Amino acid sequence: MSKTLAPQSATNMAEQNPQGVDPDAVSVSVDVSAAPAEASAAPTAPSPGRTADKVFKICAWSAGILIFLALAAVTIFLILRALPAFTGDPAVRSSALESLSGGRASNFASYVGPLLFGTILIAGLSLLLAFPVSTGIALFITHYAPRKLSTALSSVVDLLAAIPSVIYGLWGALVLVPAITGFWNWVATYLGWIPIFAGPAAAPARSVASVALVLAVMILPIITSVARDIFAQAPRLQQEAALALGATKWETIRLAVLPFARSGLISASMLGLGRALGETMAVLMILSPGFSYSLHILQASTSQTIAANIASQFPEADSMGVAMLVATGLVLFVITFLVNFLARRITGKGVSK
Amino acid sequence: MASAQGHTSAQLAAKPVIDFDRFRPTRSSIRARKRRNALMTGLIALSFVVALIPLISVLWVSLSKGLKRLNWDFLTHNMSGVVGGNPTATGGHGGILHAIIGTLEVTAGAMIISVPIGVMCAVFLVEYASGGRMARAISLLVDVMSGIPSIVAGLFAFSMFAALVGPSTVNGFSGSVALSLLMIPTVVKTSEDMLRIVPGDLREAAYALGVTKQRTITKIVLRTALPGIVSGVILAIARVIGETAPLLIASGFIASTNPNLFSGRMTTLPVYVYNEYSQGLAVCGPGSPAGCVAGIRMERAWAAALALIVVVLVLNLLGRLVSKVFSVQEK
Repeated sequence: MSKTLAPQSATNMAEQNPQGVDPDAVSVSVDVSAAPAEASAAPTAPSPGRTADKVFKICAWSAGILIFLALAAVTIFLILRALPAFTGDPAVRSSALESLSGGRASNFASYVGPLLFGTILIAGLSLLLAFPVSTGIALFITHYAPRKLSTALSSVVDLLAAIPSVIYGLWGALVLVPAITGFWNWVATYLGWIPIFAGPAAAPARSVASVALVLAVMILPIITSVARDIFAQAPRLQQEAALALGATKWETIRLAVLPFARSGLISASMLGLGRALGETMAVLMILSPGFSYSLHILQASTSQTIAANIASQFPEADSMGVAMLVATGLVLFVITFLVNFLARRITGKGVSK
Repeated sequence: MASAQGHTSAQLAAKPVIDFDRFRPTRSSIRARKRRNALMTGLIALSFVVALIPLISVLWVSLSKGLKRLNWDFLTHNMSGVVGGNPTATGGHGGILHAIIGTLEVTAGAMIISVPIGVMCAVFLVEYASGGRMARAISLLVDVMSGIPSIVAGLFAFSMFAALVGPSTVNGFSGSVALSLLMIPTVVKTSEDMLRIVPGDLREAAYALGVTKQRTITKIVLRTALPGIVSGVILAIARVIGETAPLLIASGFIASTNPNLFSGRMTTLPVYVYNEYSQGLAVCGPGSPAGCVAGIRMERAWAAALALIVVVLVLNLLGRLVSKVFSVQEK
């Protein structure tokens, strides 16, 4: 056993620990064939693997602690870089904000406010669109499709997640926007009496509504995969009992599956929301940015998101401008952190299984 | 207890008259329930079709538009010396060689940082701190970390290099750091899952033979879990290789090939796609040469997007294949 294992495991070691435990990894992989003999011969003498053991343990612990450090570092460096935005010379600060916002904001709160509003509006709308569809897909995969088909369908949904966001942006801007402009016009004409659909619709439709649609496609896979896992865990016996009492398939789902899945669905939608809040490229490439608290999702140039604003303003910003943008990034970080934290908390120990 | 019994017997004595016919399903109510069931079945199946529309559209459009420019010349040239829509000396219109090199280097950098950290963190979670308060806190943080917006990761890398190296340091490695922040959680999660399904018997057998913990983990546990970890790493790479926003900030854009990861701006494929798209139409006036194409930037964007999709899908398939072929046999 050890003979066949030795050469492979030496390469295995090299792959697993390119940096971590170099000296020990080398010594261990060299003396591996001698190891069993030594271990059985001298149980009282200090084993040669003892130091390697210790080093490995330290490595594992430090990798764990590194996760703490990484998150702390993210926070610290962002605060460090954003600090001038709050402590710098007031005149420089307000002039930087005026150049960033086109003269519409002179203090940080009035700058980040509309951006935050736009971020939450767009993410909320996309969640509203994606949630019913992905719940439906998850139910279809777990309760309607035959077993063989359902694994194939799952991987089809995963394909949606695999496509990079920049390609969704390209697709949204060059394919979806021209195709959907007519439809939004129709909505604005006939449903315009509902305030949020008030016209005139933007042409081309580089509006909040189109962006929300693309973001909905992008967050669909994550909500679907979490919802699917939750639905698959719904108690089998209760469903069978409902069926035995003569409930139809939909009634079974409504009585025995959905109540069980409620907290999981909330957590899934928050995960989707977290993803949508931070999405940059699709918004940057599709939306024509605005700077207002407007709920008119079909009109042109009403809102902008924090993430897209950073990406679009960053290349031209001066030092104080960068500090302002990093400060808005910090706001985004805090919000997504809270949303994700709550999402994981709701289902208890996480939902990855 | 006694009073409760008395209560029920009193009630029984009263003998309430229940009209059971009231609860008998009428034909119309049965029909209504059936209709409702059919409606919901239809809606649920429809939701799947709705999700397929964008997927098919994205794949179809990138294929049909991307194939126009995706040729050998496009793959082997960079963008230096390309002016507007004018053709270059080789007859092409510029290409993505520099972006391919940049993508490979930046992603490799991210991999080298995040794979050891991620795998060791998973080892820590499963083998050393299993179930403890520390382990729970770290897995919560890993979960939360996977939700960090990519642009914030870019800002972090930029701020860190600005603080440690010098103001406005922009290079490929800074992009690697940003990507590794996004990659670590995925690597940790998949490795953790894989380490957990390694049977405890294997560990116990190794310990019983007097093998040290480090050797048990590296030679037995990690070896058994290796295929799963490899497939997880491949999937994590497939995820970060398409990231644009952090690299836009941390690595910038350049038209020529830069082979040095640690100095100078570096272009990656997604940034290339965005950059071509954001420049809009090229000017093809009366004075331009014969082969001038006004929409060349969109064509290049689609071709690069197709190349990116191919890379991502191949990586995804590879990851799935590895995990399927070498998967640990579960009972």
